[in-house]
Amino acid sequence: MNFAATLTRQGGFLMLARHTAQRLAWAAGGLSILAVIWLIAGQLMMSSPRLANYSTFGLGPTLQAFPEMWASGKIQNATLASGYRLGSGLLLAALIGVPLGILVGRIKWFAAYSNSPFQFIRMVSPLAWMPIAVLVFATWNGSIIFLIAIASLWPVLFATAAGLAKVDPSWFKVARNLGANPLQMLTKIIMPAIAFDVFSGFRLALGVAWIVLVPAEYLGVTSGLGYAIEDSRETLSYNHLTALVMTIGVIGYVLDSILMMLIKHFSWHRGGAA
Amino acid sequence: MSIRGTEIKIEGLSQRYPTRKVPTFNRVDLVSPPGEALAIIGRSGCGKSTLLHILAGITKGTEGRVLLNGTEVHGPSPRWVMMFQAPHLYPWMTVNENVGVGLTFARWGKKEIAERVAEAIRLVELQDFAQANVQDLSGGQQQRVALARSLVMEPELLLLDEPFSALDAFTRGALQKDVRAIAKRLGFNIVLVTHDIDEAVIMADRAVIMAGSPGDIVHEMDVILPDPRDRADPEVQKLRTRLMNTFQEAANYKKPELSLAAGV
Repeated sequence: MNFAATLTRQGGFLMLARHTAQRLAWAAGGLSILAVIWLIAGQLMMSSPRLANYSTFGLGPTLQAFPEMWASGKIQNATLASGYRLGSGLLLAALIGVPLGILVGRIKWFAAYSNSPFQFIRMVSPLAWMPIAVLVFATWNGSIIFLIAIASLWPVLFATAAGLAKVDPSWFKVARNLGANPLQMLTKIIMPAIAFDVFSGFRLALGVAWIVLVPAEYLGVTSGLGYAIEDSRETLSYNHLTALVMTIGVIGYVLDSILMMLIKHFSWHRGGAA
Repeated sequence: MSIRGTEIKIEGLSQRYPTRKVPTFNRVDLVSPPGEALAIIGRSGCGKSTLLHILAGITKGTEGRVLLNGTEVHGPSPRWVMMFQAPHLYPWMTVNENVGVGLTFARWGKKEIAERVAEAIRLVELQDFAQANVQDLSGGQQQRVALARSLVMEPELLLLDEPFSALDAFTRGALQKDVRAIAKRLGFNIVLVTHDIDEAVIMADRAVIMAGSPGDIVHEMDVILPDPRDRADPEVQKLRTRLMNTFQEAANYKKPELSLAAGV
């Protein structure tokens, strides 16, 4: 039996390795196609007298911009400033969204009362809150964090509630039977049961937050990736602009991959993450 | 593991629902001595499951009380643990973690939990699966995990609500014998609710029959047989037939007879 188990494990490992290699190959292939299109577009711009001014948008100049922007600390500073706002906004969304989601999923009357107002507020574009945020918050930082929080709140809240709705009520019955107190019910049963859904909500929230962050930083603030893009446009350093766009893409991709890993880690559903 | 049984005393227990005219059951009295395995047999809807839920402290009776070793039951407790029809395991936990979950609720130390869990897992013969994902186990194995999860609490009383009805006949038979053997070895009480006469004969020391509307205990019968009990044993079959006949007679019984309660 041990021998068979080892064989299965080895088989599993081989399959996993092959699967990973295949996925990496697809990713590399897809990104290469994107790079080639970018390269060709850059060459076309360079060869056209009308567009020659914009030729620094091309792949070559963009890649050249990275070392100098890194050396001057532009990328790091912009990333740190944006990361702080994104992190704070997402944290707020989690602190408000998860408990509210648990209430919606657990308490029928709360779900009934809150559904319409929540759906109504959710439909307001996060950027439409901008003027109100600017009025309410003393600092630009405060208003941007608010915008990110209100954009990310809904996916977290609804994913949490949906996760809880799927929880088998017998799990609570068994836990009570075995002497769980309400806090243990939350930490040992509810949280692990819905962690998968909560992180799936975070993943959606991150997507929205990342999209809201950049336009929000176009206004008022003098730091962050959005500001740096706007600044590069005004100073006509187009290769810096594209380098920043690339940075945004890479960071977003990395953050999304981390959340995917967390989702997989916390997923107890058979067949892995959806 | 050291477990003692408990004396179960049900005194004048009634259950009424406001929407129904007739109570589910009315003034039920029942005593079970420490270490006894008691089967409550009855057709669906006779109130036997409700009675069990009140014993477990999950539901409250309208009148009367339940005493375990003299203490009144007011709610669930690890001292009286219920096993349900389905195992209801936590799929994000391993077999080990599922079995130990009640001890973590009681804030036991890691080492003590590991020891007790290992012992309970040995009792249900799942040593080879201690680290397994419970979703990879068969229905019978999952129900064994649920049994270990109850045993690890060292309950005085194990309440079984048709616990093996979802399993195939072979697995069911094996588990019925194992649960009885473990209970006898450790000395805890069993109250088993079932509509399966075979199950009662294999598992119980005494069977009571619930019938009527409102439900009441209309008959009782000692199940005195040597262990381990085998379905094919002629003695077991004879008792089974007797219990079956009594059950059918009792099931046709119409009105609550006051004389019967006095006669028991």
